[in-house]
Amino acid sequence: MATENEHNSAGRFFENVGRSAVHGIEEVGNGGVMVLESLYWTIFGYRLKQPVRMNAVIEQMMEIGITAIPIIAMLGGAISVTLAIQGIHTLRIFGAESHVTAGLAFVVVREFAPMITGILVAGRSGSALAARIGTMKINQEIDALKVMGINPIRYLVAPPLIAMVIMVPCLTIMSAGVGLFLAGVYINVELGISLSAYLDQVIDILKVDDVAQGLSKSCIYAVEIAVIGVVNGAGVRGGAEGVGKATTRSVVQAISAIIVTAMIVVIMSTV
Amino acid sequence: MSEQDIVMEDRSAAQSVPPSVIEVEDLVTHYGEREILKGVTMEVREGEIMVIMGGSGSGKSTLLRHLMALEQKTSGTMTILGQNIDDLNMQEFTDLRKKLGVAFQGGALFSSLTVGENVMLPLYEHTGLDRKTMEIMARMKMEVVELGGFEDLMPAELSGGMIKRAAFARAVVMDPRILFCDEPSAGLDPAVASALDELILNLRDAMGMSIVVVTHELDSAFKIADRITILDRGHILMIGTVDEVKSSTNERIYNLLNRVPDGENLDPDEYLARLTGEESGVGNQPL
Repeated sequence: MATENEHNSAGRFFENVGRSAVHGIEEVGNGGVMVLESLYWTIFGYRLKQPVRMNAVIEQMMEIGITAIPIIAMLGGAISVTLAIQGIHTLRIFGAESHVTAGLAFVVVREFAPMITGILVAGRSGSALAARIGTMKINQEIDALKVMGINPIRYLVAPPLIAMVIMVPCLTIMSAGVGLFLAGVYINVELGISLSAYLDQVIDILKVDDVAQGLSKSCIYAVEIAVIGVVNGAGVRGGAEGVGKATTRSVVQAISAIIVTAMIVVIMSTV
Repeated sequence: MSEQDIVMEDRSAAQSVPPSVIEVEDLVTHYGEREILKGVTMEVREGEIMVIMGGSGSGKSTLLRHLMALEQKTSGTMTILGQNIDDLNMQEFTDLRKKLGVAFQGGALFSSLTVGENVMLPLYEHTGLDRKTMEIMARMKMEVVELGGFEDLMPAELSGGMIKRAAFARAVVMDPRILFCDEPSAGLDPAVASALDELILNLRDAMGMSIVVVTHELDSAFKIADRITILDRGHILMIGTVDEVKSSTNERIYNLLNRVPDGENLDPDEYLARLTGEESGVGNQPL
């Protein structure tokens, strides 16, 4: 009897794992299709007399980008200064604290600026996107769009996706700039290295590849945040509670995707 | 009567029946493994108000979603405005949808847009008109639904009846050939519900559109319907005029029209079997 129960629970476990895996693959597939469809409408929309509206894109750029500047600047600066403090503290053990600039420049431009920006955009805009689309779904607004002959991907998905791909790299540049500047101020106070010398060092150390890596990562994060927000929003079931769950899930998934992507890119670029 | 007379009579009968704008043939649909519609065949004629009625779980909302081409069917054919929807490419499908209008149960107005912008949205997306012209057209439709002057309000600032009126205005702003209404009077007080019924009749008379209404409000259905389709557990029980439906001797139609709860006239054992799903086919019923 006990063996039968163990068999049943083991069976259920593997069944659940299988279901989750299939569901995950399905969501990734849905996301891929949404990206391709958005691309299709962006390129061919005008020919089909259903263009992706520029004002909708600009509205989303304002929402995703402009209104996020203060918080991203603040947190980008805070993280960079923290890295500078830790860097100086660690390198002082080896008497090499003057080399803190090299590590700081690489890690901020390649990793932390894109990652912090991505995480904040996921928390602010990815969740808002999931909530908006989820609410629209339960209020039948998406059905209304379909019946009006308005493609929901073109109307609801393409504008935030385009806006994210434009704004997240811009925010990343801003975050890195503010972060490196504030870290420079701290280094100036702590080590007595002048700001101009510090900036010279940063410019010397950083190559185009480093900046390109940071920016390409931020583009990938932008797509991930938008797609995860939309897929979760579109999958909402069960009214307001479902919207809440989808919003939370989209933030968790987006942040996880950002961190895993960062790791994969680092592995690929250093191997 | 000569053969020629018979042919003439057939022709005049054919001429008196308006052409179909929607034809559904043997429509079968599933949600997962559950069969919802079990071979529905019906038509909606040009210029008529077709009311779809049925108890909860009868499949009427599912049927409406199929008529609006919002669901994938399992089998069967559907022709809307002479076009088989299975044969349409994306552009043709979009063009067809421009000829359909829908007033959803909850209105489905976009909460981030004003009422005027909601009504104007189909014009904005599908016509190359300048904003001034679109505003005039939207205002005209809002006057039709007696919402003139409310263009600048947000949907959240409207009452339930006003939201439904605004949804009607948006649904008809492109002068659709077919208008679908999902439970137009649900949740409204009798006076507002009656006014909406009048609005539906006016839209039919003034704009000549074919209207499909899903409702469970008997008074409303009898007031507006040219014909009524009665659905029961995924099957069509009857299609007929109001008088034909009222005089039907079918027990389930009688129960529906007289608000007799399902199972009240059943033998207790049969009712128990139905509840437990042991009765043939009952396990497949929508909840």
